[in-house]
Amino acid sequence: MMLEVKGIEKSFDDRKVLKGVDIKVGKGDVVTIIGPSGSGKTTLLRCINFLERADAGEMIFDEAHYRMDAMTKRDIAALRRKTGFVFQGYNLFRNKTALQNVTEGLVIARKVPKEAARNAGLRALEKVGLADRGDAYPHQLSGGQQQRVAIARAIVTEPEVIFFDEPTSALDPELVGEVLSVMRDLAAEGRTMMIVTHEMQFARHAANHVVFMDDGQIVEEGRPEEIFENPREERTKKFLQTVREGFGGKL
Amino acid sequence: MNDRVWQLLLDSFWQILLPGIRVTIPLTLVSFALGLIIALITAMVQVANIPVVKQIARFYVWVIRGTPLLVQLFVIFYGLPSVGIILDAIPSAIIVFSFNTGAYASETIRAAIEAVPVGQIEAGYCVGMNYLQIMARIVLPQALRTAFPPLSNSLIGLVKDTSLAANITVAEMFLAGQRIAARSLEVMAIYCEVAFIYLLFCTVLTKLQTYCEKRMNTY
Ligand SMILES: Nc1ncnc2c1ncn2[C@@H]1O[C@H](COP(=O)(O)OP(=O)(O)O)[C@@H](O)[C@H]1O
Ligand SMILES: [Mg+2]
Repeated sequence: MMLEVKGIEKSFDDRKVLKGVDIKVGKGDVVTIIGPSGSGKTTLLRCINFLERADAGEMIFDEAHYRMDAMTKRDIAALRRKTGFVFQGYNLFRNKTALQNVTEGLVIARKVPKEAARNAGLRALEKVGLADRGDAYPHQLSGGQQQRVAIARAIVTEPEVIFFDEPTSALDPELVGEVLSVMRDLAAEGRTMMIVTHEMQFARHAANHVVFMDDGQIVEEGRPEEIFENPREERTKKFLQTVREGFGGKL
Repeated sequence: MNDRVWQLLLDSFWQILLPGIRVTIPLTLVSFALGLIIALITAMVQVANIPVVKQIARFYVWVIRGTPLLVQLFVIFYGLPSVGIILDAIPSAIIVFSFNTGAYASETIRAAIEAVPVGQIEAGYCVGMNYLQIMARIVLPQALRTAFPPLSNSLIGLVKDTSLAANITVAEMFLAGQRIAARSLEVMAIYCEVAFIYLLFCTVLTKLQTYCEKRMNTY
């Protein structure tokens, strides 16, 4: 396994939001995480990348073991340099152009020479279909384009694993497709990804492993066909039923 | 108005403008530049939540904002000598004006930093940057853009506040005006002229502010 976490627990105030979650991803795997709103999916990803500090849990990354509640700043920085993160709200640097957004992590954090960074940045933008928009500022781009720049920013450092937190949830429906298509390309290239999504078609067809979360726990996980066609757990069945009937819209 | 008054206004114009250019403007610019540095440090230690230093910063802002500028000038220039610290008028004025600007501007900058969405910082961490890199490259540039209009206001305010330095013998524009008014007895005309020159300075700054804001509007 490339990345494995065990027994993550996290509370906000007195509310336990993650109640001992185990999750892992092997090299080249695409793991999708589905589940109702408020089940802790975002918190799980944020804990794994230490944007939120877990109260308990163990992490194994590249064969090294860490205690998540006591991981040092240095180890966290090292982990982050080997991962990418795509936010629901894009979070592009507002004072930087698209290309600068992509190269910032190379030039500043990794001291890659400017010219090499620029070339890598342009390649990454090309991969997401935005080679010609490198000079645009985020506010000059549509939501779908911004999210694609954010994906370029996440892949340009060649991370070992990329986390996506509902990358299409903030988008107008007609812009969802272009982002999902970029993500399918990444999956086809064999990139390792952990994706929280409400796009069930995508969750099923792009993944080789699906995790269903509810109420801070993993209720069921397995191959996409198993989860979507023969769910064992009552809660999974109910969730998929609700999604299919379209109750609650994009859940 | 008769010819004599016009002549007086013309003659005194340069006598007032000159100390404006020689004293008021440099005093303003030096104090403001130092004030910005103080403000940036004061804001940063609060945002970065550095214990003790943060409390000192809060105390400093509290004292400066809670006491009159004129009183601060008197304390430094007339008060300090009694404890053995003797400063010339200009250094006294620079110290008071820069610490005054520092206190007010630090609140402006702090508010602007806190207005930068936390997602910008998280994105910085996720691309591998450290706290200082994120501050320098992402947060501060955005915050200074937000803080620019209120900081311009502070600068314009400072131009006018430097007239208080006349009270501690700094030979700036207002003091020059006072002297001419006393000699000529055309008090109304001369003080209006002084006011007019301040207005001139501030108008130039306002134009400059508008120009800079337009140029910064790229993002
Ligand atoms: N920073 C926070 N402070 C307090 N409660 C939070 C915070 N972040 C998330 N929560 C709570 O934790 C629960 C799980 O949230 P989240 O991980 O965002 O779920 P999901 O992404 O599955 O919708 C929710 O009830 C949410 O209100
Ligand atoms: Mg979420």
